Amino acid sequence: MDRQARSLQVLLLAGLVALVAFPFVGEKFYVQFITKVMIMAMFAMSLDLLVGYTGLVSLGHALPFGLAAYALMFVTPEYQAAGFWTSVAASMGVAAIASLVVGLLVLRTSGIYFIMVTLAFGQMAYYYVHDSKYLGGSDGKFIYVRPALELFGWKPFDLENHTHFYYVALALMVFVYVSLRVLLASPFGRVIVAIKENEHRLRMLGFATFRYKLVCFVLAGMLAGLAGWLAAAQDGLVNPEMLSWHQSGQLLMMVILGGMGTPAGPVLGAAALKVLELVFQGWTKHWQLLLGGFIVLSVLFMPRGLAQIFNWKRRG
Amino acid sequence: MDPVIFLVQVLNGIQYGLLLFLVASGLTLIFGIMGIINLAHGSFYMIGAYLAFSLTRLAGNFWLALAAGVVLAVLIGMALEWLVMRFLYGRDHLYQVLLTYGLILIFEEIRSLVWGDDVHGVPVPPALDFSIPLTDTLSYQVYRLAMSAICLAIAFGMYWLIQKTRLGMMIRAGSVNRDMVQSLGINIGLLYRLVFALGLALAALAGMLAAPISSVYPGMGNQVLIISFVVVVIGGIGSVKGALVAALAIGLADTFGQVLVPQIAGVVVYLLMAAVLLWRPQGIFGRA
Repeated sequence: MDRQARSLQVLLLAGLVALVAFPFVGEKFYVQFITKVMIMAMFAMSLDLLVGYTGLVSLGHALPFGLAAYALMFVTPEYQAAGFWTSVAASMGVAAIASLVVGLLVLRTSGIYFIMVTLAFGQMAYYYVHDSKYLGGSDGKFIYVRPALELFGWKPFDLENHTHFYYVALALMVFVYVSLRVLLASPFGRVIVAIKENEHRLRMLGFATFRYKLVCFVLAGMLAGLAGWLAAAQDGLVNPEMLSWHQSGQLLMMVILGGMGTPAGPVLGAAALKVLELVFQGWTKHWQLLLGGFIVLSVLFMPRGLAQIFNWKRRG
Repeated sequence: MDPVIFLVQVLNGIQYGLLLFLVASGLTLIFGIMGIINLAHGSFYMIGAYLAFSLTRLAGNFWLALAAGVVLAVLIGMALEWLVMRFLYGRDHLYQVLLTYGLILIFEEIRSLVWGDDVHGVPVPPALDFSIPLTDTLSYQVYRLAMSAICLAIAFGMYWLIQKTRLGMMIRAGSVNRDMVQSLGINIGLLYRLVFALGLALAALAGMLAAPISSVYPGMGNQVLIISFVVVVIGGIGSVKGALVAALAIGLADTFGQVLVPQIAGVVVYLLMAAVLLWRPQGIFGRA
């Protein structure tokens, strides 16, 4: 094991221990804040699978996230809890189907077209939800009761409790991280990294690259859907802003800020951007001016993101 | 459909399409020639509208405000190119997307600081503030017709500039081979700065022209930006002719979508884009 891999493992382990310990010392506000950060981290990891590894720069990744959130609203009865497993399945299923349909269209394009077309389809979903009275229009809809987690009649967690919810989000984030590591180490993962490197050559070698990209697009959509499910459950509210392209834009910023195509980059980026947002919001009403300035400066002066500081190398 | 109502809808569709063309042609030129994807293009549409609001009050004349606004937009565009955009040439589109996304946030807050968050209106210029009666109840605003005429004139002007003038020749050459043009003794940096500024000025001009009929409000550039992307994707990136055809198609599709299928009016143009992607992923006039 080289030094780089060991330092990463030490960092990850320390981070995990800190996250497990945090609710014992942190105030409620910060526990909820870190829950939000972890949800965004999952969301960012799912986008990094596309941007950092497969080389597909999607500016419409809010689409599966938002639709999955609406799916949770849809399967939750008015004043009762939805089942954990059924609602997660519904959310990820909706995200998968939407990603499949959109993917079949957008993957016909590449490069700059891909960016524009993913953005356009994202906006299409946004306007559809925004104009739909049935889905609550621009105000969105409330989810009054969080889903209930039950395992063969055993109820280990009460999601209404913010500490329990925190641990469920943490467990899911670790699950997403490990799944992505396993996926990328597999032969399938080697192929998608190679697609980013040189798709033409891979096609010549006989790989049906379109299918690989489509599978990747759907998987990333499903993980985004899982994040969307958590976000909707935490806020108890869904609205069209979850689908807006600002969501997609800031997500892309998280991935780049952390360092795309690096194992812990998206997590780091999500945390950094959320903390920055919190700080800026504390300073001024016009915090987006500072955020915009920060984005411009970091693109100009820190293109490889925070991973640059830790000297993590990109795979692929 | 009643023929008069049909005529009104066609005119509205064409007028909206031509306005979109102004925004989209700037976008497609900047990409086609400089290889830059500029998300902040819509912000200039918004800035144009706000400039029209302030300058009309200041000058007391809409046309004077229009002229001053275009000059200002060109200057802002050149400054922006010099400050940040020139560091993006040849870099991954990803960074162009991010940086220009950051610019959107900045412009939106500057708008909030300078003009506040209220909705404003710009009066229609008095000389054009009347309508042509079509039937007893229906009439058509002359200002809208004038808008279409101005947009058409600019489309022809652009064609002339790019295809028939020496400057246009340099621009076309610059889009093919940057280094070659430079070694022929042409200041390519300045040329790019000019193209970028003119592209943004087109967006700002569209915003100024739209101000009297659409009111001036925060975030008004975003929707236009995304529809312009749809136009560029349908027409083919880098093709001004494609932008014109696609913009008219989108303008008509959107206008008739709102009349014929109001339930899904918001998504009609995107469905059109999906159909074109299935048929020709590189756009109607795009090179494969």
